[in-house]
Amino acid sequence: MTEWVLKGITSGIKTTHYPDKPETASGISPGLPDTTELNKVDTSVTQICPTGAINSYGYELRVDRNKCIHCFKCKYGIQRPVNWDKGYEWASVVKEAELGRSFEQSLHIRFVDAGACGACISELEQLNKPYYNMHRLGFFMTPSPREADILLVAGPVTDHMKAPLLKAYEAMPEPKRVIAIGACALSGGIFGPSFISGKGVNEVIPVDIAIPGCPPPPLAIIHGLLLAVRHKEPAKGKVRQ
Amino acid sequence: MNQNDRKTSAKLNNIIISRWGKLVSVSEDAKSLTTSIECDISVLQDIAQWLFIELKYSFATMIVEEHPEVWNLRYIFYGDRDMGLIQVIIYLNKSQTTIPSIAPYVYAADWYEREAEDLFGFNFEGHPRLGDFVLHEEWQDGINPMRKNFDAFSPYTHRVVNPDWTPVRVVQSPGAFMMPVGPIYSDFAESAHFLLETVGEDVIRTIPRLFYKYRGVEKIAEGNTAEHAILLSERFSGTSAFAHSMALCHAIETISDIKVPERARYLRIIFAELERLRQHVNAITAICNSTGFSVAASQAGILEEELLRVSCHVTGHRYLFGLNTYGGLTIDVTEEAIKTILENVENIIKQLNRLERMLYRSNSFLDRLEGVGILPVHQAISYGVVGPVARASGINRDLRKALPYGGYENLEFIVPVEYDGDGYARLRVLFEEARQSANIIHNAANILPAGSTLSLNRKILSGSALSWVEAPRGAAFHWVDIGEDTRINRYRLTTPSFNNWNGFHRAAEKFAFQDFPIIMATFDLSTAESDR
Repeated sequence: MTEWVLKGITSGIKTTHYPDKPETASGISPGLPDTTELNKVDTSVTQICPTGAINSYGYELRVDRNKCIHCFKCKYGIQRPVNWDKGYEWASVVKEAELGRSFEQSLHIRFVDAGACGACISELEQLNKPYYNMHRLGFFMTPSPREADILLVAGPVTDHMKAPLLKAYEAMPEPKRVIAIGACALSGGIFGPSFISGKGVNEVIPVDIAIPGCPPPPLAIIHGLLLAVRHKEPAKGKVRQ
Repeated sequence: MNQNDRKTSAKLNNIIISRWGKLVSVSEDAKSLTTSIECDISVLQDIAQWLFIELKYSFATMIVEEHPEVWNLRYIFYGDRDMGLIQVIIYLNKSQTTIPSIAPYVYAADWYEREAEDLFGFNFEGHPRLGDFVLHEEWQDGINPMRKNFDAFSPYTHRVVNPDWTPVRVVQSPGAFMMPVGPIYSDFAESAHFLLETVGEDVIRTIPRLFYKYRGVEKIAEGNTAEHAILLSERFSGTSAFAHSMALCHAIETISDIKVPERARYLRIIFAELERLRQHVNAITAICNSTGFSVAASQAGILEEELLRVSCHVTGHRYLFGLNTYGGLTIDVTEEAIKTILENVENIIKQLNRLERMLYRSNSFLDRLEGVGILPVHQAISYGVVGPVARASGINRDLRKALPYGGYENLEFIVPVEYDGDGYARLRVLFEEARQSANIIHNAANILPAGSTLSLNRKILSGSALSWVEAPRGAAFHWVDIGEDTRINRYRLTTPSFNNWNGFHRAAEKFAFQDFPIIMATFDLSTAESDR
């Protein structure tokens, strides 16, 4: 067993300094299209975008981050590609939601998979691993919704998961908050609406915080959780729900 | 095809003709190693049994196609390199929906028939158990969403579920009880429901109830463009996105006769192996985690995150989304990026080797894997499990060797096989395959030619084709039929997790409750992939 202790020590500290310092390592985020700074882009990209995340308002292009599925069609293989912002502080408070001061310290989180593809779940698993280690920020996973403050939901909410999701939400004590992660949970993504999936979590239970991305990188999820405890500000730029 | 192969298939033809005479007609396509047997419905069971039991073919998939006048059913079997691929095709009148079930003889087809019963409304005569599979109890009887007259994009109103509904119990014994687990359980588990039947400590019977995450990918792809279908193939199972989108691209390229540039072919192999390496490290992490060995899980988790970061650094996406397109790849990578991949992979394999050595010396860890969750070879064959799970039970079948595709025929690698069939054997296979993937990345990078990564000819033609790929979790088969309007008529997705879930319960039975999560972790199952 001493071998393992040694191995642990020699691995050193891998954990990110976020949120104290911004994380600058390469490969932590795929980025999101960003049209705030330049308007030189061809408006025809609105036709390329498969989920309608890029819309034109007059001469201006706007990005609905909640709909972007990272298909890179506006970035690769076109004449004038859209600029992609490599940040990760994407989470926002949904317009109607009042976060209040209920949570300011530690959070207990219950995750519900409502039809996620596995990538969102894989990114969530990373939060428990050394690189992100969310325990240091006071965030813990709990197996029961009865002990949870936060319900994290991924996936477009398939018809078969509607009832279990609703039951989990109802089992949670007040006060409670819902965080929807990923394009599917926010807008149905590429799967919904259809005969079997909806337009996201908001159709079933009220969402308080939205974390866009397909999948949202671990730091974006941490940003969303920090938003719930009011340690961080929401993402800049106009985000519509 | 060499001389030897031709002899085998000629022999096969002779046997088929002598046995079934006028009831069958056989045709061959040497290019795709495919033998098609069009047969009468009365001899379907015989032929399936002959292929599966006598000739030891594996059951690949069953494809149902609805045409205006007829039903077209294809049963696909595959074998080792000299055996090739066999399609058994039957045509039925539209009014005929009763078909003899092949499941009693080809048990691997059991779930495929249950799926077709729910989604198309067929009645498989002689099938031991139909119903309550893809469509749960809130679906009315007689509604079959995969039929052409069912609208994919208007919401369907379900019936109210009977609150007294209970699942079928199998174990009848004093003191027997059924323990339901799921669909929401554990920390980050995917949604799936298990009915564990027990009389005390040991699990006697495991009945998985899946399809909580059924998103109808096959249905919503219909009527859409090929590009849209590629987006779906990437996103229905994010952890094996590259493998599945590569399979779909291969099918579209076969139909449209698009020649993929050599550089793109080898880059695809590099990315596919990078994905396999990452997914295997993920599975190793999950195994360490399931035994409560958090130091090892953390160490493996570090390697997984490093692989994710390399993927993102080189391609722009941590899960390799948005790369595959028909005709090649959307991006090219620089010499420097290839070097980054090689350096990182080499470093990660070094650390993985060290982790492996340390794990094999940790008795408390091995005690929880050795002899636990045994899937004997005869069960692995009859349930048709694939991928690392099958190879840990002594089945030496890997599509990269059996039906080489996309350039794998030019690369040297070993397919590791273990014979114990327990959790430990599966862990050993994962480690060895991770090393082999690193070797393939290295070899493919060495012979990576210069040139473009996207074909100039990208015109989509109409037609249909089957393609296959050895995804991280095992064999995947994609069937695409593209119409005259270049829209998808039918997209059939067969995933490794679907097969492995079918065999999983046999490994979980007769073991204690606390072994259940460990056995599940060693199977590396994905419900996203099986539910589609």
